[in-house]
Amino acid sequence: MSIDWTNYCASGLHDELIGPGGGARVAGRALIRHLSELGSAEIGVRQQAAELAIKVMGVTFTVYHQEDGSIDRAWPLDIIPRIISAKEWNRIAAGLKQRVAALNHFINDVYHAQKIVKDGVFPQHIIASSKNFRASCVGINPPLGSWAHICGSDLVRDKDGTVYVLEDNLRVPSGVSYMIENRQVVKRVLPELFEDSAILPVDDYPSQLHEMLVALSPRRERLPEVVVLTPGIYNSAYFEHSFLARQMGCELVEGKDLAVHNDDCVYMQTIHGWRRVDVIYRRIDDDFLDPECFRADSTLGVRGLMRAWAKGNVALANAPGAGVADDKLVYTYVPDMIRYYLSEEPILPNVPSYRCAEPAQLAHVLLHLDTLVVKPVDGSGGYGMLMGPTASVRERHQFAAQIKAAPRNFIAQPVIALSTVPTFVDDRIAPRHVDLRPFILSGPKTYVTTGGLTRVALREGSLVVNSSQGGGSKDTWIVDMEA
Amino acid sequence: MLSRVAENVYWLARYLERAENSARLINVNSNLLLDLPPEYRPGWLALIDITGSRELFDKRERRVEERDIVNFLIADLDNPGSILASIRSARENARTLRDVLPNEVWEHLNELFMQIKEELPVALGKRTRFPFLRRIIRAMQTLTGELEGTMSRNDAFTIMTLGRNLERADMTSRIIDVRSAQPLSADAPGFGPFETIQWLNLLKSLSGEQMYRLSERTRVSRSAVLEFVLRDRQFPRACLFCLKEAEHALLELPRSAGVLGVLEGTCGFLANAALAKLDQPGLHEFIDRLQLHINAVHQGVAQTYFPPRAEAGTQSQVQFLSDERQTMPLFSDSPAP
Repeated sequence: MSIDWTNYCASGLHDELIGPGGGARVAGRALIRHLSELGSAEIGVRQQAAELAIKVMGVTFTVYHQEDGSIDRAWPLDIIPRIISAKEWNRIAAGLKQRVAALNHFINDVYHAQKIVKDGVFPQHIIASSKNFRASCVGINPPLGSWAHICGSDLVRDKDGTVYVLEDNLRVPSGVSYMIENRQVVKRVLPELFEDSAILPVDDYPSQLHEMLVALSPRRERLPEVVVLTPGIYNSAYFEHSFLARQMGCELVEGKDLAVHNDDCVYMQTIHGWRRVDVIYRRIDDDFLDPECFRADSTLGVRGLMRAWAKGNVALANAPGAGVADDKLVYTYVPDMIRYYLSEEPILPNVPSYRCAEPAQLAHVLLHLDTLVVKPVDGSGGYGMLMGPTASVRERHQFAAQIKAAPRNFIAQPVIALSTVPTFVDDRIAPRHVDLRPFILSGPKTYVTTGGLTRVALREGSLVVNSSQGGGSKDTWIVDMEA
Repeated sequence: MLSRVAENVYWLARYLERAENSARLINVNSNLLLDLPPEYRPGWLALIDITGSRELFDKRERRVEERDIVNFLIADLDNPGSILASIRSARENARTLRDVLPNEVWEHLNELFMQIKEELPVALGKRTRFPFLRRIIRAMQTLTGELEGTMSRNDAFTIMTLGRNLERADMTSRIIDVRSAQPLSADAPGFGPFETIQWLNLLKSLSGEQMYRLSERTRVSRSAVLEFVLRDRQFPRACLFCLKEAEHALLELPRSAGVLGVLEGTCGFLANAALAKLDQPGLHEFIDRLQLHINAVHQGVAQTYFPPRAEAGTQSQVQFLSDERQTMPLFSDSPAP
């Protein structure tokens, strides 16, 4: 059965592949032609093949399940890719590099002279009230002056086609392994498309990550010992931790494998005895990193790790304390940071945001709750938000009270009508909302992934793309039209 | 290699080997039952004792019937020594080892567990059981072959070789025990004609008939078979061969002097035993003592290379049963998933 794109109707929304008239956008022409030739029955067959491949490859995300030891779910992938032209992507990548550069300047400044505060660009009270500010990081100079070595920024496209940055994840962003595995699977099930399109590869990321981590090593004389520190097999992102360790050829360690000895260096316990560790790519939150310094009840971390880091005996990526910039109130200042530190105009805009911490803006937010999305500044995973337009009067009322009680903890934004991509749901193709998470590495040079992880809300009309809440994913193609 | 990873690799190898040998164990008993006249049939309960799982079996309040016992040994996930539980444990260990193992090994093991779980309800029937167990044996051999053919000869590989051979030596001894659990000997009136058939079955269940004939060039007899499956230096499922393989592996590893001493004692115990003089009860007792020796080697490996127990947060489940038989239970002190 062929596919009728005129009835596909992404009315009033921006679709990434289909233009307003029902015709394919330039970058997606070959794909749309191919999908039409396949017809929805055959697409269904390919979708099933993809799901089987994912099961066999063991691409999972973890949900704890006691019975029969099955604690992981197959990663949800929709085989119809999302496409961005290389020309547009280059501009986005430049915007991301600019943004992460400013954020790293900012974090370094926060833990040193706080010039940005003294110059009146950023208010001191936000730092003072930040949950992720770490006093123990003040005055520390991590290698290369870089704090947020790995950043995952979420991008969304509004109905007028503008790409906005929705948030910057600077603590332990995840998803990059799925970006790479999605490509492997889609290559298996739609091989013919890769033969005649110039789709840029994505699998360079692990070597870029490894190169960046090696550059952070305190010891120069030898190939440094780089490890990935995971909270363990029950962590929802364990698959990714293991994937990255494997791809980089380094040890995947847990806190109990490591110890800080009297020389304030970090060692891991091996069959040969204790062995020095130089660089730790840690996938554990600050809070759990070192019971000596942060949460005393943490069994995931390593006692004395902060001491070793502060002395420069081990590098941690991301640096402890980097999360101070992973705060949606701080986010609203990123365009100002770009101007302040780099003397440049931001290439990528923020979603227009209201700071509930400022009385005039708070008043506006409270008056217009029915048209706004209100988000907790430290939330992630789509939890704890108020979707104004769909909330009941009662819910808005309750939320207003929460905001008034702690205005520092909230920002508000207009609802962005996320762009859509054709998605295979219930045996046919229909538009579903997507976002995009590219990953940016900051070391001796800055690297941006080719595209990123596209997440898709599988329920009709839903804007929630998180995999923990029933979201799926797509392969993301950056297509070079000039090739 | 990390001590924790060493422990997981070791147990992965042991669980794969255990699944395979448990299948062989059940097959040898099935064949005994088919070949013997009713009055000599050993029944199924012996297998519960031989795998050291009597206590657990009794707690499960299952009936002492073929169907229940076979189900307990093959499909019961609460029995850590069952075939399905072994494959699951292997998979859970492999999941933590994806940075160490060749990718296709993980993919294969993952696929295998899912398939076997699905097939089980049909596979337990009398007629379907034999091909099913044969398939398990073949799958485990394939996995071992994949590791052999695609994995670098690094520390992880060496520790797997060590684990596999200790498990194989232990399980071969248990498979021999199935035969010794049958108390009658050739002297019993009317039993004589069945004697040879049983030793032949034992060889077959270890895939050893052909190799036995090649090397012994003699008819199948009790003493020659025992000599072959316990002390042959060329047959890869013979206990002594496995212990020698374990020795080679240990020589590759650092800090192995202490364990090598224990292993030497075990080899000596096996090499010096007067097998031909052992009657059935004597053979059984010898096998129990051999298993204790093998366990001592395991303890030495654990103390030398694995993280200390208390830190790993798992508790050892090795226990000696109180009854005088002192059968070693199958270990299940792998890091709990």
